[in-house]
Amino acid sequence: MAGPLRYWRTLKRFWGSALASQMEYQINLLIEVLAMVGNLGGSLLLLWLIYGRGQSLGGWSLEAALVVLGIYTLLDGVSSTLLRPNLGAIVTHVQQGTLDFVLLKPIDSQFWLSSRTISPWGLPEIATGLVLAIGAALHAGARPGVATILGGALMLASSVVILYSLWFVLATTSIWFVKTWNVTEVLRAALSAGRYPISAFPAGLRTLFTVVLPVAFLTTVPAEAILGRSSGSWLLLSLAVATGSLLFSCWFWRLALRDYTSASS
Amino acid sequence: MAIIRAERLSKTYRVADKQPGLAGTLRHFVQRRHRDVAAVKGVSFSIEAGEMVGFLGPNGAGKTTTLKMLSGLIHPSGGSAEVAGHIPQRRQADFLRQITLVMGQKQQLIWDLPPLDSLRVNAAVYGLDDATARHRINELAEMLELGEELTRPVRKLSLGQRMKAELLAALLHQPAVLFLDEPTLGLDINAQARVRSFLADYNRRQGATVLLTSHYLADITALCPRVLLIHEGGLFHDGSLRELSSRLAPCRLVRLELEQPRPAADFARYGELEACDGRDVRLLVERERLTDVVARLLADLEVRDLEVSDPPIEELIGRLFRQGEVA
Repeated sequence: MAGPLRYWRTLKRFWGSALASQMEYQINLLIEVLAMVGNLGGSLLLLWLIYGRGQSLGGWSLEAALVVLGIYTLLDGVSSTLLRPNLGAIVTHVQQGTLDFVLLKPIDSQFWLSSRTISPWGLPEIATGLVLAIGAALHAGARPGVATILGGALMLASSVVILYSLWFVLATTSIWFVKTWNVTEVLRAALSAGRYPISAFPAGLRTLFTVVLPVAFLTTVPAEAILGRSSGSWLLLSLAVATGSLLFSCWFWRLALRDYTSASS
Repeated sequence: MAIIRAERLSKTYRVADKQPGLAGTLRHFVQRRHRDVAAVKGVSFSIEAGEMVGFLGPNGAGKTTTLKMLSGLIHPSGGSAEVAGHIPQRRQADFLRQITLVMGQKQQLIWDLPPLDSLRVNAAVYGLDDATARHRINELAEMLELGEELTRPVRKLSLGQRMKAELLAALLHQPAVLFLDEPTLGLDINAQARVRSFLADYNRRQGATVLLTSHYLADITALCPRVLLIHEGGLFHDGSLRELSSRLAPCRLVRLELEQPRPAADFARYGELEACDGRDVRLLVERERLTDVVARLLADLEVRDLEVSDPPIEELIGRLFRQGEVA
């Protein structure tokens, strides 16, 4: 069977079996939805407090800031659906030695580890984020044209790729340190800065969130694209960062595997 | 032609050297000390296609490390290996399709789902079409005596049923080479016997090569005409179990039942006294002197019964391992 077809069939089996096993735990849906309502409510309250006093947030109107919050919610949904269930399991694979089974399969191990399971409970969050972002953009006066939609979709895809790569690289470090779960919690906390437009932060943090942690590329840049006010150079830069970080994650995984396979017992 | 070849294969691990207690922990945190531990030291052997070979050795002798090097999970520190015409640690897809590794203490089946779901995943990974996969699952399930267990969540299966399902998952792609690390670990006697007869059957039908480690010597005696014994990282024996036992015990065990009890000192001139309990005496006698000693015993003493046997192999191997621990 040809390569891509085999991967596609494997992915279907992966997700089919994952959905079947998730359905054993229906209560999770309720918990995820409640967590989303709580998070979103808190952020909305804060925005309402700021804008209610007639202040602005780094030059962003309330509607424009809501686009950023919408994208943040969407990314959080993607994390719950795909990133956390898969990348979180890497540490367990390393601790319990079941990574061996993955490495013995004639299939790319990064593909296996990144797509092995899916958790449907984050889907409502993705939908909510999308509705919030699009609705707020229309309120803010964005005119949906081909370029805006294409640019927005491309930037969203870039931000998902960047988030995935960052997370995967951190999970990979578990090969050396075994317990790195705290690191990904720090990452989550830092990324929650992405709820608000990047220009709302002081200059120092702004640099940190653009250069060191690509928070700006996760939410602010896609929001600008959806609002139809981003420049071509930012779009290109974002694409470059996405491609670069994805390639880096692949290289880093190979590097870690070399150490795993020469040291594990 | 040999399907598995190990040439002076060796593996050295770096392990952290840490003293117990808080002070030791702090010192370890500030200044790491490492020492090299040789798990496998220059082991060479070759196995022909279709052979079933038992791999013996105490815990930590290097059995699992060797299996992991042969299956490509870890790189050798020295020497080389070749399995099915490939260098294992390159883990090329063509190589991975030809081998399988079953680990008694690890499982690949999805815990919450019936084994059938995991089997379908494996079928897709190995690129088997539905008809082929179904055919193989049915065939293996019949050999393993698995039926409705395949549609029950794994967490609800007994250990024996789970191990059989693990074997099914590991063999779905019809590997030519099977590395089995303690496949009967923790199973009761009946389940062990069933796994054993399945492996013999599978080897016969598929002509597969099997390299098997087990704590249960019964697995090895039942399945493996040839035994590799690893001791302290090196290959101690390569041959049949019978040869191993004569090598480990150049002595035979002579049991005597006497008419009258005799003091222990009387037996020193016949051989090594193992036990002297009144009228029951057990002596270890060198093989070459056996007939001579027996004749003298019968002549010198009033013997009611006499029996000559090999010391049990478990005991011999156990004694070898204990000597290793002391040394």
